[in-house]
Amino acid sequence: MKRLARFTSVLSPVAAVAAAFLVGGLVVLAIGESPLRIYGILFRGAFGSVDGVGLVLFNACPLIFAGLAVAFAFRAGLFNIGGEGQLYIGSFLCAWAGLSVSSLTPWLAIPLLVVAAAAGGALWASIPGFLKARFGVHEVINTIMMNFIAIGLTSYLVVNVFKEAGQMTPQTPKILASAHLPRLAGAARALGIPLPDANPLNASILIALAAVGLAWFILYRTTLGYEIRAVGLNAAAAENAGINVRRTLVLAMLLSGAFAGLVATNEVMGFRHRFLDNFSGGIGFMGIAVALLGKNTPVGVLLAALLFGVLNTGALEVDVFTDVPRELILVLQAITIILVVVGNEVLTRRLEQRVRPAEATGADGNADAGAATGEAA
Amino acid sequence: MRNVTAVAIVLCLVLTVTGCREPKEAQTEGVFRVGMVFDVGGKGDKSFNDSAYRGLLHAADEFGVEHTEFEPGQDADRETGLRKLAQAKYDVIIGVGFLFSEAMRSVAVDYPNVRFACVDFDVRPDETLPQNLAGLRFREEEGSFLVGVLAAMHTETGRIGFIGGMDIPLIHKFEAGYIAGARHARPSVSTTVAYTGTTPQAFADPAKGKELALLQYGRGVDVIYHASGSTGNGVIEAAKEAGKYAIGVDSNQNYMAPGHVLTSMVKRVDNAVYMTVKSVLDGTFAGGVREFGLADDGIAYAVDQYNEGLITDEMAAAVEEAKAAIIAGSIVVPKE
Amino acid sequence: MAAANAIEMRGITKGYPRVLANDRVDLDVRKGEIHAIVGENGAGKSTLMKILYGLTPPDAGEIRLEGTRLNKHRPSDAIRAGLGMVHQHFMLVDTLTVAENVVLGEEPRVAGIMIDAAAARERVEKLSSQYGFELDPDEYIENLSVGLEQRVEIVKVLYRGARILILDEPTGVLTPQEVSELFVILRALREAGCTIVFITHKLDEVIELADRVTVMRDGRVTGVVEAAETTKEDLARMMVGRDVLLRVEKAPATAGDTVLAVRGLAAVGRKGTKVLEDVDLEIRAGEVLGVAGVQGNGQTELVEVLTGLRKAHAGEVLLGGADVTGLTPRAIRDLGVAHIPEDRQARGLVLEFTVAENLVLGRHHREPFSRRGVLRLDAIREHASELIRENDLRPPDPDVAAGTLSGGNQQKVIVAREFDGEPTLLVASQPTRGVDIGAVEFVHQSLLEMRDRGAAVLLVSAELSEIMTLSDRIAVMYGGRIVATFESGEVDEETLGLAMTGAWTGGATARSDGDRRATPEVTAA
Repeated sequence: MKRLARFTSVLSPVAAVAAAFLVGGLVVLAIGESPLRIYGILFRGAFGSVDGVGLVLFNACPLIFAGLAVAFAFRAGLFNIGGEGQLYIGSFLCAWAGLSVSSLTPWLAIPLLVVAAAAGGALWASIPGFLKARFGVHEVINTIMMNFIAIGLTSYLVVNVFKEAGQMTPQTPKILASAHLPRLAGAARALGIPLPDANPLNASILIALAAVGLAWFILYRTTLGYEIRAVGLNAAAAENAGINVRRTLVLAMLLSGAFAGLVATNEVMGFRHRFLDNFSGGIGFMGIAVALLGKNTPVGVLLAALLFGVLNTGALEVDVFTDVPRELILVLQAITIILVVVGNEVLTRRLEQRVRPAEATGADGNADAGAATGEAA
Repeated sequence: MRNVTAVAIVLCLVLTVTGCREPKEAQTEGVFRVGMVFDVGGKGDKSFNDSAYRGLLHAADEFGVEHTEFEPGQDADRETGLRKLAQAKYDVIIGVGFLFSEAMRSVAVDYPNVRFACVDFDVRPDETLPQNLAGLRFREEEGSFLVGVLAAMHTETGRIGFIGGMDIPLIHKFEAGYIAGARHARPSVSTTVAYTGTTPQAFADPAKGKELALLQYGRGVDVIYHASGSTGNGVIEAAKEAGKYAIGVDSNQNYMAPGHVLTSMVKRVDNAVYMTVKSVLDGTFAGGVREFGLADDGIAYAVDQYNEGLITDEMAAAVEEAKAAIIAGSIVVPKE
Repeated sequence: MAAANAIEMRGITKGYPRVLANDRVDLDVRKGEIHAIVGENGAGKSTLMKILYGLTPPDAGEIRLEGTRLNKHRPSDAIRAGLGMVHQHFMLVDTLTVAENVVLGEEPRVAGIMIDAAAARERVEKLSSQYGFELDPDEYIENLSVGLEQRVEIVKVLYRGARILILDEPTGVLTPQEVSELFVILRALREAGCTIVFITHKLDEVIELADRVTVMRDGRVTGVVEAAETTKEDLARMMVGRDVLLRVEKAPATAGDTVLAVRGLAAVGRKGTKVLEDVDLEIRAGEVLGVAGVQGNGQTELVEVLTGLRKAHAGEVLLGGADVTGLTPRAIRDLGVAHIPEDRQARGLVLEFTVAENLVLGRHHREPFSRRGVLRLDAIREHASELIRENDLRPPDPDVAAGTLSGGNQQKVIVAREFDGEPTLLVASQPTRGVDIGAVEFVHQSLLEMRDRGAAVLLVSAELSEIMTLSDRIAVMYGGRIVATFESGEVDEETLGLAMTGAWTGGATARSDGDRRATPEVTAA
């Protein structure tokens, strides 16, 4: 039975992805292009070369962090829409730290900046977290507002305070060189993988993988994670069991924000080596889709982020090398996401319906269980 | 682990089904190819990007070159997209907008046989560009100075406005030149400045542009200069609605509301693009920063059948005088 | 010639994947009888009734109502054939009157569009007086007691022409008085020729009311008997499949020191209304204090204050002499207070958690289950296996989600967990609600075992029989106050029932004017 349930949870997203490609293909057909050709180009961009695979990983990297942020908060029953703002603040703090220290060995500089990035995100998330725990204000509203504040605030600071002298571009100067995360091309070649030097894939992906492991460990192996899950699933029972619900909510939000802040490891420390105004363009929001598709589990987030990495990488290839208009590529991507998420939901429900009555110990299935609850009302 | 395998299997299946046909754009030998990468707003902004695209079409028409163009979806795609074009052995790759500066620098070094050009290239102090990279820069402040002169002479209320797109240094240049020109012509003129936002969307928000313009007109401003991409379409619409005046930017926008667009600060991106393609074809391409200004008609103010009636002889004389002074160096236009 | 049977169901089979909910079930209900269907949760009673009413199609079998065969019928067909279902959850519109609710959906009309209010009133009044419902057609539902609301539901069904009534667990929400009044009505309906099917798990009521009984277990019918010729013990055996101890054997309490003392406790609800007022209580080690009362008279709030879930407005709670008023739930737990919450699914369990995870809920942060903030899964599993074995939890698998367990086993998880820590005070709220007979037996024995090991037990229950068999002393709550305190054994159900409605005006053992000493403290020998 358990095996069947696990099979379900794997099968439904996979089938949904397949369905999404099918419908996406119909859309391509509708504008008079060949779906086979367009998908061929899309997948060639993502898998046609080592460079492409590197780009997939590079594109997936920030989405892993953003997805973890959403999924982690979700486990505590919180809907953190504020990943975008948190990653901006995290990235800005990270860059600021990288600009403030003049010389430091990489062994100190890199941890310092990583901590700054996480702290920035955590700080930003803790505000709506606190407001939720203390006053019961819904976190969705506050995280959205905090996004606006973060984008405006960092924009102001970059343009007016930290701007690189003599430059048009609204960006800070480069951060301390010893705090740059190394690109992985060299290491890959040492392993016999011909990843080009220009490929932007960098050590941040390793941090992302570690973050997946860390999120899993916190959620399923620590007392705090146990409490976070208990609060998320049944706050009343958690409270009854002596768990401090408010404190748990704030901590969950804090950690969620820290994951979002770690987007900086890729964007600031690994790729641009500076803070660029408005660099994200919605990574935090994509994180919501990533988390939903990944069913709010750390490993699910990893897989979903990889799928989005494939879509983003392939979309660029289609954009560059075909006449399919850019708008259609966006439509295609959005359709894929919607279908994957919706299809996943529908399939899961279908399959669960078939499984659940069998799992109930009583012969009546849900009927009598419902009656028992009813009596308690 | 099983999840990974399952996903991998499906992807492989999809690949075998879809990957069996070769895409058509495999290298056609001997054809000269130009790739163009757009800034935020993309094709159809009636302003900056369209101006570049016109230049490309002009060159394609005249020299029979093949061309492709695209607009990156996310920041990191700028560099990746440029690389993809370079790998596909395009002869010239043109980036439209300063946001490509950094990516251009690193890609140009890696592909010495490809020629690169970047419009509004954000040059560093004391920077030497690689031989295959041309940074195309415009002295927008000079043109802005001239339209500032016209605005100050045209206003009846003595109040003129400026609406910028994203609040960034590039647009501050337009603002600074405009105000300096206005003060030059009429020291007592009062100016109202607004920006639409802090994200790239600020260049693509006509509704907000209109709203800001109507607000300024309501406060007695009667001429507004916009430097805001397609956001400016809203500014011009507001001018028409309020019976006031707007000044267009980048492309000649006089036609968009005849009689209500006082003039346009024309930035001949089209010329710069056309010349770049031409220079590669005739072997005269040279790397390095190339500045376009009033002297070489890279920057101009537009007078045509749509605004002839608005420019008096006195105004025409004053603006020509200022133009000569700038070219001669006797007027130095501030950049911020 | 009319058939002798009102309902005939033959060979009804209904399967869900891996489970047969109904396995070749036969049911005969004679015209004009009160027929009880009894069985534990999950025995298949509800599925059978759903099939009869047309909510679920059977996989096989045949259904006849008064001789007419129903084939692939829907609820509307069943209603037309004279069947009426009174659901456990009332479906009434609070802001409409009794008459309006009764006619809702089948209003008598004037000229086809206007509702004929007078006709509606008249018909409701007629039905009401005919069977002794004593309903005021103009009263609004929101002003009615639960018992009266139930009568409105019955009238609704009769109004639609039902000759066969199905009542699903009708007594669960009623006070003893309301139950006996309901029985009077049901008997009157029988006299008037109605047929009544009565689903329950309370065996006392079956013996008292029913003419015949069908017993179900595991989707099968295990017996059909005349109520007059059977006993509760026989019925229980047929339901559970083994002998069940219905009488709890209880030794006299040997009360020790005072464990819990509550003085002048008050609490306010959401809208500032007083939900607890001037509550005084005392429980000593080794005794059970039962708190009786109709739901919503402050019992829930009392328990919440005692366990730290709700703030006290005034007064104090002393645990072993120390003031614990206002402490957090965790602090109170750590002082040895265990709590079986009244709603096990809402407060007692995290249904998506595994049984093992649920079995440490509340102590998960302490050794041996956690060390330096990291869970020790081995210890948690081992602990779970131990408790599963000791308490005979089914299925005996620590890794299944608690939500998949039957109600009884869910409750056993809570009881096992709460009793495991050797508590000094046990607060048990509705501990056997919705639980099947086997689990009831287990819970009752566990409670008494705790008492005999020296714990103080506060038992809050809406089941009077439970209060009376388990308690050493009984306090009755009404309107947020304790209105009477009795020694167990010196009070009958009638008196308790009166006190619960606030109508009982005193006697020697009533708590008078805050003089606690007036209440004898030690149970009768």
